[in-house]
Amino acid sequence: MLSELEWAVVGLSLKVSLAAVLLTLPVAYGLAWLLARRRFPGIIVLDALVHLPLVVPPVVTGWLLLVLFGRNGAIGAWLESALGITLVFNWTGAALAAAVMALPLMVRAMRLSIEAVDRRFVEAARSLGAGRWRAFATITLPLSLPGIAAGATLGFARSLGEFGATITFASNIAGQTRTLPLAIYSGLQVPGAEEQVARLAVISILLSLAALLVSEWLVRRSAGRRAHVL
Amino acid sequence: MFFEISLRHRIGERDLAFDLASDAPLTAIVGVSGAGKTTILNCVAGLIRPDEGRIAIAGETLFDSATGVDVPPERRRAGYVFQDARLFPHMKVEANLAYGERMARSEDRWIARDRVIELLGIGHLLARYPANLSGGETRRVAIGRALLSGPRFLLLDEPMASLDAERAEIMRQLVEQIRDELSLPTLLVSHDRAEVERLAGQGISLD
Repeated sequence: MLSELEWAVVGLSLKVSLAAVLLTLPVAYGLAWLLARRRFPGIIVLDALVHLPLVVPPVVTGWLLLVLFGRNGAIGAWLESALGITLVFNWTGAALAAAVMALPLMVRAMRLSIEAVDRRFVEAARSLGAGRWRAFATITLPLSLPGIAAGATLGFARSLGEFGATITFASNIAGQTRTLPLAIYSGLQVPGAEEQVARLAVISILLSLAALLVSEWLVRRSAGRRAHVL
Repeated sequence: MFFEISLRHRIGERDLAFDLASDAPLTAIVGVSGAGKTTILNCVAGLIRPDEGRIAIAGETLFDSATGVDVPPERRRAGYVFQDARLFPHMKVEANLAYGERMARSEDRWIARDRVIELLGIGHLLARYPANLSGGETRRVAIGRALLSGPRFLLLDEPMASLDAERAEIMRQLVEQIRDELSLPTLLVSHDRAEVERLAGQGISLD
């Protein structure tokens, strides 16, 4: 089975990805709701900004994170002095990098499912006495649950594979930021690690496949019960 | 006066102008489809904000562009029965019925759930999801949900449309029953003049 080192890499990857998804979930849902339901000046700019990590070279995203969240960065310096949080060279930094890279995919999935929630149901809820927030919590949120689940799983899979922004921002430190892709990359740099690289690659494929299957299962399960969604 | 409605609203290329003052507890708006009947109900329910005008029901002003009054939909206590019912697809019939009831203040709940279920004959449907209801059943549940939300008035959008003759007759009797037994100010929208003549104390045409 897996060696101790491989378990450590897999464990770290899962921890980083889970943290990234949990961090991004509320932000992504809020952005998805704004983009799906509101019309305001600058919405095109916001839409483009959200999608930027999808098209910008990951190394540039990593560099931007370094500028903002590095030890001397605008936000990073404050985080360190006020809260004692250091992101660079730390697994939390890897999680932040993965979160930013996963954001566009999560927003896309959630936005589609919020757009699929018929506004007429929200109107019905309002006429029955529900204020905006209550109508959101009882109608829009539960009806867009399949999209939240699909977005979260997609984001998780994307986080597991995150490489460029992570190595640029959080660096490649064993036990801290050396997730599966970074471990594979490191293995390729030294002679004689071919077998380990192959094993890690297979684990990587299996984990991604599992994430996709879970997302598919979640959507089907809920779409079967709620015949109107998706 | 049960209904005092006077509104101007522009929909796309068309100007909708509508004036109604009625003392009949069941008042009907008749007109061909596309005349703006549903728009008027949406204005009364607070789902559309008219460009200008005044809407008052049983003496309470819900909207007045002159004084800036615009009561939000959740506080208008409208029992709106949509033509497309709009039952919440992720809730069973029972939860749909309870949705508005739970939010109504106890002093506003003037009818018991058992009475509504009996009146509408929907007791056997409680455990079903809306996707598994027929057209007539769906509409009865929608009426029940509206009645249980503690409404001050009812808005019925084409309650008989797209039901077969037998079901339409049951629905007609139900509307008569609501009119006679519940004495709730009701605004009914229909394209069917004969239906309106039978049911409504006062009808107004919209062309």
